[in-house]
Amino acid sequence: MTARRGWASAGRAALAVLVVLVVLVISAGLAAAVLWRNLQGETALQPDPPAAATSTASRAEQVRRGAYLARAGHCAGCHTARGGAAYAGGRAIATPFGTVYASNLTPDPGTGLGHWTADNFWRALHHGRSRDGRLLYPAFPYPNFSLVNRADADALLAYLRSLPPVLQANRPHALRWPFSTQAALAVWRALWFRPGGFVADSSRSADWNRGAYLVNGLGHCSACHAARNLLGASAALGDPGAGDGWPLQGWRAPSLADPAEAGLAAWPLDDGVRLLQTGINPHAVVQGPMAEVVAGSTQHLLPADLRAMVAYLQSLPAPKAAATAAATSPATATAAAPAAGTAMARGSQLYTRHCAACHGDQGQGAPGIYPSLAGNRKVTMANPRNLIQAISNGGFAPATDANPRPYGMPAFDLPQDDMAALASWLRASWGHQAAPVSALDVLLHR
Amino acid sequence: MPDTLAQRLQPCLACHGAQGRSTREGYLPRIAGKPAVYLYQQLLNFRDGRRNNTPMVGFLLHQRDAYLWEMAGYFATLDLPPAAAPTSAPAPAALLARGEVLVRQGDPSRQLPACMACHGNRLAGTQPAVPGLLGLPQDYLTAQLGAWLTGSRRSVAPDCMAEISRRLAPGDASAVAAWLAAQPVPAHGLADSPSAEPPPPLPCGRAPDVP
Repeated sequence: MTARRGWASAGRAALAVLVVLVVLVISAGLAAAVLWRNLQGETALQPDPPAAATSTASRAEQVRRGAYLARAGHCAGCHTARGGAAYAGGRAIATPFGTVYASNLTPDPGTGLGHWTADNFWRALHHGRSRDGRLLYPAFPYPNFSLVNRADADALLAYLRSLPPVLQANRPHALRWPFSTQAALAVWRALWFRPGGFVADSSRSADWNRGAYLVNGLGHCSACHAARNLLGASAALGDPGAGDGWPLQGWRAPSLADPAEAGLAAWPLDDGVRLLQTGINPHAVVQGPMAEVVAGSTQHLLPADLRAMVAYLQSLPAPKAAATAAATSPATATAAAPAAGTAMARGSQLYTRHCAACHGDQGQGAPGIYPSLAGNRKVTMANPRNLIQAISNGGFAPATDANPRPYGMPAFDLPQDDMAALASWLRASWGHQAAPVSALDVLLHR
Repeated sequence: MPDTLAQRLQPCLACHGAQGRSTREGYLPRIAGKPAVYLYQQLLNFRDGRRNNTPMVGFLLHQRDAYLWEMAGYFATLDLPPAAAPTSAPAPAALLARGEVLVRQGDPSRQLPACMACHGNRLAGTQPAVPGLLGLPQDYLTAQLGAWLTGSRRSVAPDCMAEISRRLAPGDASAVAAWLAAQPVPAHGLADSPSAEPPPPLPCGRAPDVP
């Protein structure tokens, strides 16, 4: 009995050891795979070539080009705190996993990029790894920046090196466990990040390819305008679900492919260019985070580049689900029934009192001053978040060279029922057939 | 659509009252008739992270210096009759008495200058950058003194009001606010011309004006 029990326990122990060994081998294999994925495509870092190798004139030209590319990438947007020194970092970027703080890009040797070589910078942009080898959080959108070519990366660094150095220590990120660990980030990258490079589509024009390079690379439009999965990995622009990423400062970045949202295909190309250049066109005015993009980035871009970007965006295929999107939108989910007659009367009354003086009694707006509301997709898109935000916050269009003194809209702090009545009325007027908005929608989206 | 600042600045008027004059009952300060440089500095402070009222930051975040200067100039030139006197119950006499002493004489034991030393004997402000203190809601006044103390309202250094808020004894902020809010507002609301004598007790920093 004793001996048999001894064998049995020895057998169990052996089995346990075997299981542990198998688990260890599988873990080691997975870890090796994750590690391999994370270092995939990297080459050994080389020191910078001596500065004398390039002429002063070509270096100045490189800095000038880098300054332009920094605008195209809107680097200062995240890497400058409100009222802080340009490119010195410190701005908090809120994510569902915690807060990421943008880093100091000035050439300060202790706290900025002072000691970074061109290879270090390239590895950060292309592979998402810092100078010290740490994996970078994709709040720094290197899944997009991986498309940037080496010459542009070098020009960007040349520009950043030309800035006045600012002594400002980077603030540590405040992320929740396990997102705060390098191991979690390594797994995330193994699953969703592949260092790439821009591959031109030879069946398309040079303009289209330039647009695709800017939109998907430095422009990182997909960081906001594409869907994200539960762990924050972005889909491509135009993939289904675009626009249902995370709300940003309360706003929702609409799809750039969906004709019912912010798809550009239905507009004349010049209208798309005008929106990016001036912040306002006959159909729309940029608000929320996009106002920041126009103010800090797109208004500074060359017309030829804007035309290329719009031409590319116009070519995005409309999502197949576009036609049925309305059926599953939060607005219809919470308010399937059409708004009651009394609510519509109330909405009409509120429009006359608060809106008609500027937007016109037929929602026609005033060209170049106040957007038309009739036919305005911010009014009619299935998800009513941006309509509710627009009414609640009001605001000025961003100042641009073409519109340096914008006309503003007051913030309307309406009670929930009134906001719902007004929004529902707007969504059913002038031929609109969008689902009504409920008081619950207002609560969720304000 | 009329091409006027009144039309362009509808968001300001909606909260600060028609023509920039708010009531004394709520929280929002009167801006009509305040000195242009003062208003301009505040617009910069909101835009650039030294003041943090969410709607104000949202409105101003992407506007340029020249437009902010124009906004400030527009509201500075409005000389409007004062808002109606407050209808709230008067503050306790002891609190009002302490407030009046601080406004008129300060507190030498704490090196606290009198409000009138900078804001003028009429408390109507002094050109070009010191605001008037009358006709403002009590809650607004109390909140500002608290915000200077906690650093949530700042100016370009040296931040004189932050220094003054640190010299106030506990309870002094409420006393000053209660007394100021209870005063009648002169019919003529524009700030006084600057006087050479005596010099201001504390230096106040500000960003350069837009020409």
